[in-house]
Amino acid sequence: MSSTISFILLFPRLHAADAVKLPPPAPRQVDFLKDIQPVFLNNCYECHGPEKQKGGLRLDKKEAALKGGDSGPLIVAGKSAESLLVQAVIGSKEDLARMPKKRDPLSVDQIALLRAWIDQGANWPESGLTKDRDWQKHWAFKAPVRPALPTLKKRSPSSNPIDRFILARLEKENLPISPEADRTTLLRRLSLDLIGLPPTVAEVDAYLSDKSHDAYQKQVKRLLASPHYGERWGRQWLDAARYADSDGFEKDKMRYVWFYRDWVINALNRDMPYDQFIIEQIAGDELPNPTQDQIVATGFLRNSMLNEEGGIDPEQFRMDTMFDRMDCIGKSVLGLTIQCAQCHDHKYDPLKQAEYYRMFAFINNDHEAQRVVYTPEEQMNVANLSRQIHEAEMGLRNANPQWEDRMGKWEDEVKNNQPPWIVLRPTVEEISTGGERYLPQPDDSFLAQGYAPTKHTVKLFVTNDLHHITAFRLELLTDPNLPCNGPGRSFKGTCALTEFAVEAMDAKNPTNKVTVKFDKATSDIELPEAPLEPNFLDKSDKKRITGPVQFAIDGTNETAWGIDSGPGRRNQERKAVFQCATNVGFPNGTILLFQLTENHGGWNSDDLMNNNLGRFRISATTNDGPVVADPVPLRARNIFAIPRERRTPAQMAAIFSYWRTTMPEFKEANERIESLWKQWPKGATTLTLMARDEPRETHVLKRGDWLKPTLPVTTGVPAYLHPLPEADKPGKSASSRLIFAKWLVDRKSPTTARVIVNRLWQNYFGYGIVNTPEDFGMQSEAPSHPELLDWLACELMDPATNSQIGPAQPWSLKHIHQLIVTSAAYRQSSKVSPALYAKDPYNRLLARGPRLRAEAETVRDIALSASGLLNSKIGGPSIFSPAPEFIFQPPASYAPFPWKEETGSERYRRALYTFRRRSTPYPALQVFDAPNGDFSCVRRMRSNTPLQALVLLNESVFVECAQALALKTLQEGGSTDRERIAYAFRRALSRLPSSDEKAELLSLLRKEKRRGAEGWVNANEISTGKNEPAKNLPKGAMPTQLAAYTVVSRVILNLDETITKE
Amino acid sequence: MVLKFTDMNCQEHLYRGVDRKLITRRWFFEQCGVGLGAIALSQLFGGKACGVSPASLSNPLAPKQPPFPAKAKRVIFLFMAGAPSHLELFDYKPELTKWNGKAPPAELVKGYRAAFINPSATLLGPKFKFKKHGQSGAEISELLPHLAEVADDITIVKSMHTDAFNHAPGQIFMNTGTQQFGRPSMGAWVTYGLGSESTDLPAYVVFSSGAKGTSGGASNWGSGFLPSLHQGVLFRSSGDPVLYLSNPKGIDQQMQRDSLDSIKRLNQKHLALVGDPEIATRISSFEMAYRMQTSAPELMDIAKEPKSILEMYGAEAGKTSFANNCLLARRLVERGVRFVQLFHEAWDQHGNLVADLKKNCRDTDQACAALIKDLKQRDMLKDTLVIWGGEFGRTPMVQGGDDGRDHHPNCFTMWLAGGGTKPGVTIGESDEFGFNATTDKVHVHDLHATLLHLLGFDHTKLTYRFQGRDFRLTDVAGELVPKLMA
Repeated sequence: MSSTISFILLFPRLHAADAVKLPPPAPRQVDFLKDIQPVFLNNCYECHGPEKQKGGLRLDKKEAALKGGDSGPLIVAGKSAESLLVQAVIGSKEDLARMPKKRDPLSVDQIALLRAWIDQGANWPESGLTKDRDWQKHWAFKAPVRPALPTLKKRSPSSNPIDRFILARLEKENLPISPEADRTTLLRRLSLDLIGLPPTVAEVDAYLSDKSHDAYQKQVKRLLASPHYGERWGRQWLDAARYADSDGFEKDKMRYVWFYRDWVINALNRDMPYDQFIIEQIAGDELPNPTQDQIVATGFLRNSMLNEEGGIDPEQFRMDTMFDRMDCIGKSVLGLTIQCAQCHDHKYDPLKQAEYYRMFAFINNDHEAQRVVYTPEEQMNVANLSRQIHEAEMGLRNANPQWEDRMGKWEDEVKNNQPPWIVLRPTVEEISTGGERYLPQPDDSFLAQGYAPTKHTVKLFVTNDLHHITAFRLELLTDPNLPCNGPGRSFKGTCALTEFAVEAMDAKNPTNKVTVKFDKATSDIELPEAPLEPNFLDKSDKKRITGPVQFAIDGTNETAWGIDSGPGRRNQERKAVFQCATNVGFPNGTILLFQLTENHGGWNSDDLMNNNLGRFRISATTNDGPVVADPVPLRARNIFAIPRERRTPAQMAAIFSYWRTTMPEFKEANERIESLWKQWPKGATTLTLMARDEPRETHVLKRGDWLKPTLPVTTGVPAYLHPLPEADKPGKSASSRLIFAKWLVDRKSPTTARVIVNRLWQNYFGYGIVNTPEDFGMQSEAPSHPELLDWLACELMDPATNSQIGPAQPWSLKHIHQLIVTSAAYRQSSKVSPALYAKDPYNRLLARGPRLRAEAETVRDIALSASGLLNSKIGGPSIFSPAPEFIFQPPASYAPFPWKEETGSERYRRALYTFRRRSTPYPALQVFDAPNGDFSCVRRMRSNTPLQALVLLNESVFVECAQALALKTLQEGGSTDRERIAYAFRRALSRLPSSDEKAELLSLLRKEKRRGAEGWVNANEISTGKNEPAKNLPKGAMPTQLAAYTVVSRVILNLDETITKE
Repeated sequence: MVLKFTDMNCQEHLYRGVDRKLITRRWFFEQCGVGLGAIALSQLFGGKACGVSPASLSNPLAPKQPPFPAKAKRVIFLFMAGAPSHLELFDYKPELTKWNGKAPPAELVKGYRAAFINPSATLLGPKFKFKKHGQSGAEISELLPHLAEVADDITIVKSMHTDAFNHAPGQIFMNTGTQQFGRPSMGAWVTYGLGSESTDLPAYVVFSSGAKGTSGGASNWGSGFLPSLHQGVLFRSSGDPVLYLSNPKGIDQQMQRDSLDSIKRLNQKHLALVGDPEIATRISSFEMAYRMQTSAPELMDIAKEPKSILEMYGAEAGKTSFANNCLLARRLVERGVRFVQLFHEAWDQHGNLVADLKKNCRDTDQACAALIKDLKQRDMLKDTLVIWGGEFGRTPMVQGGDDGRDHHPNCFTMWLAGGGTKPGVTIGESDEFGFNATTDKVHVHDLHATLLHLLGFDHTKLTYRFQGRDFRLTDVAGELVPKLMA
């Protein structure tokens, strides 16, 4: 190449000002990796890196960089002022543009560092990023290929392929594998790992007495088939899915998404193939004819935190949730730190910022929906009722063959019977909203979002030249972003309108004003007077009621127009018409001021038990004569616009359903149908995704700032990963989430399968094969057993190894579990010698079995199980486990939170079901490192702190467990203290105590019995927490004995081994 | 095999960059020293076990020297949640009185986003009188007569600004350096860097007082991705100061000791059998919990303080108040606690500005000033950094009638005292409306950088590897504020 072409394009320097003065070198020792490489990375690699080498220069590789580019050597070691690099960045070289060309000049400090580095000898260590920057060679960016099993010098004691990889590595390190753990330890380990509960004494006995060669395999099979398997492993996934039962942020209100939690448990129990598991969570709603379950699964992305504090911009926090969703997908599925590219190109991985937003575009087109969902039993019920209603309507049709003609005539009559309504476009007076945001919609309605005060009067005003207004209409509209589709914002999607008032002012002279008087109000739903539901109690003595729309103009704050017509039909459009007593309007134009009072919310403005309007629109008419609210539902009226011959049967049925109610002769059938509707099950609600009709435009955001959109982008995937499946290349549905979901679990994905098998592994052994489970990129830790990782990933996608629990399906997680737990590596004893500990403190080589403190939930479940208190019911709403009241009250909590502590056996549900409130995490779980759901967590910490000791010793459930274990021991544990101690010990630790241990506990027992007898302590208090004797104390047992056993049980439940997977 | 020190057990971060063999040896010395006899130890290490004092090493939060000379050894952060009005307390704007009731200049509010009000809302003059105080002539509102007495001991920063203008994100930003939840709080960073000098109290203690709780919740004092022992521990000023501190009903002191002795002996037996040092840590954890059962109630018992001290703070034994918490903060730092944070949520005056500010200042002013005086008379102010401030400021524009102000991120005031700050100066200015900080602007990141500097850290070097990159309190920003430092 010609020497006249410099490594920078030939740009004459236009302004001398472009050049920076040469600053002195930095007066300190410079470190290349810390000080220099980041400067290159942020400023140079875009043009002189792995992808582009402008001017023949490549700065990310030592050899190439030191050689220089087309302009010659870059660096003269020891002489910074003479080095081309320095001249280029200050712009002092003739014929060279100042570098970096497209960016701001380097800072004086940065140039000073470059100078110092060169003057100090331009030391460029071989280690560090440099070598690895060639991302094309990075192992995790290439799809896994099934490796051959390693050959071993010694014969493998196991036929499990996993062991070949482990043993090969151990042979290299000259380490022997440890002997198998004793059977009791092993069964406890297996049970804690597979179902998160210790084995019962009976289960241990059965296993110990099973002498068959496949006794262990039988246990594996039993535990994998247990419904508690889904609970144990579901919790792992829920960490990654950042599951919580509240919104987070200031209000941190309760949210209902436990249907999703149960979906996860069930899916794992059924061993849903992992690819399907992901597809349903990302895009279950876009599958053909999605089931309720598949829609519920999309709660996965909805688990983001939600800010609804007063005065927020909902779009800002919607974007925050979008970033969170991307982060979650990156960590949980891809194992890549894609969130880095929200603000800039990824610094270490070849992910461009634009590529981040192209993926973002796939998931940016949804409503934040909250749907009504039903339990399987309720679903049966719904199906039954729907069928009966349908049959009743079909019966009417059959009995009245001319129904279609008659309905047509009726339609012709009512089709044009509505007065012309003029939709008003008022402006909201911001100060009146109480912090709620009324977002104007294209149809001139307002959608209320953000904070929802429980009491406020919103003011809207509009100026127009109508001067014979005879009536106003208020339409309540549905919207997918409202709870249950609206039209209100209450947790049921309903609302109550306390008062509707209008003032009219002369536009020329606003002091000339009248308060509009209404003759009457009508609506398309007239419910009888009813007391306000308890949810909305405001702690006032006032008798607050809802009922007919007349309540909205009766001038009292206690009555409101209510629209809750019960389950099944409450979430539909409604309208009210307010007839003016005299015509409204001034000849010179009129300012109309609307005041909508919404005072029927609850007492606690911070838990958002609001009863507000969700989406509404105001119109006026100048039609003479009485005007009443149109009784024909909006959805029927919309169908009128469709020519009859083009209507679908469903559309006809929709009209029919209303028309029949207008027919007096159908009275009997109508009443029967009405009674069926009354039986409609209540259901629950859950957060889901719902695709918008109109996709949003996605832009690259400058520095990730949602207020700084730059280039628009279409959907797409990063170039360094696998391409979109051929069939799904951009086309008619190119932007659907479903395509993205399928791409995520495509077999060509280099990370997806590796990431999930790695996380399973991590849960068994404490460390993943890759110990950065959230990051398989360039900055990830090298795998300890790379071939094993690939083998497991391939085995997940294409099982080729015999399974002991039946033929394995592709993507079967249970298959991988089964392979891991039957390996000799897993079954080893966890005892460690000092020498082995010194060599491998974290047990990455697996010359011994795992020994790890159990996870937070398991710690509690072990105590519940040992004590016999455990309520092993699966699923359902989250429960309020015992917790100190003060943490849910100010000033510990922002606002009071209704934590109604469970009293019955619900108190003792598995810890998985404890209500997870983000801003006040449940202390007994948090202290054992349970994440609070603020963000996706794929690796928990495992700490060991004094606060844990306090929880184990003194927290109320743990104390109740000690008391219950003591009582059970006296009831069932045998007739001597030795027997009883062994019994209690075994319930907690599965094994029998050694004679030493027994002696220790016996001596404690005797001492405490004596102290009780001597009256030093109140035995009843110890045993029951109250000054009353325990119930069910067996005959002959003394309260002091029970108290002493409570002390002993507490000690047993507090042992390190008790809370450890040994 | 290269092992990273990123995701290990809780203690491992302490040994960053230390030779692995040494770590292992230390593990055994420090941990097993608790439970194993000297014979066992010498067997483990060929007789070289003598002379090691386990006590100094067995605590994962053992105090550490910062890399640079430190002026401050500990921090008390008085967090005024809700965002106090700088315009009524510190940043006197006579010009604003003249503009009272008028719309702000259009160019001033161009592109401005407010939480509740319209940007065109009219301006509102300051509601209280100001006077200059002390040798330094610091301008302080009549609402803060006690603080005025220590004007020459504090550094007022009138040019603070932040990125967030909603409470939860704003508080999280002030406390963790980012608006996203899930990052370590500054208290967590500080104890991560410095450990604790207390062996029987948590390293980082939090109190909450006021009408409400904080908007950011427990994440304001969370440990984020740092090991969870760096999490702030919420103390209660009545009842059990620490959750689950008291023994269950009926269990007396002797029984508790007997139980702990049994637990210890049984754990020791098991440690000898399986060799996992984690058991030794468990033993120490239980022992520290036991010590905490004594030391925490002793700490909380302010009735033992002389009457003059109680009066100085306005504290009353048996009550819960911000004043009590200030006194407790002093007692905590005396006992070696590294970071104390008092949250007082009361300052969100969208309305009722005049009456609420009077009340809030009555509740807090005396105790804040007393804390400074008290630390000073104990010669602790020199190495205790006290910081006062909220998550943002309030608008010069009115909210509602004429008695409220909205959230405002562009300008607010904080003050600092002790710990190497320069006493008796006022730093920074805002424009004539108190709308924008104009000179010597101090961003939240700059405050964090300076805080770490005073504690002996280069804020760019106190990092933790997580998700493939090194995180720090100041994210990718932060400049030292030299004018703040003595």
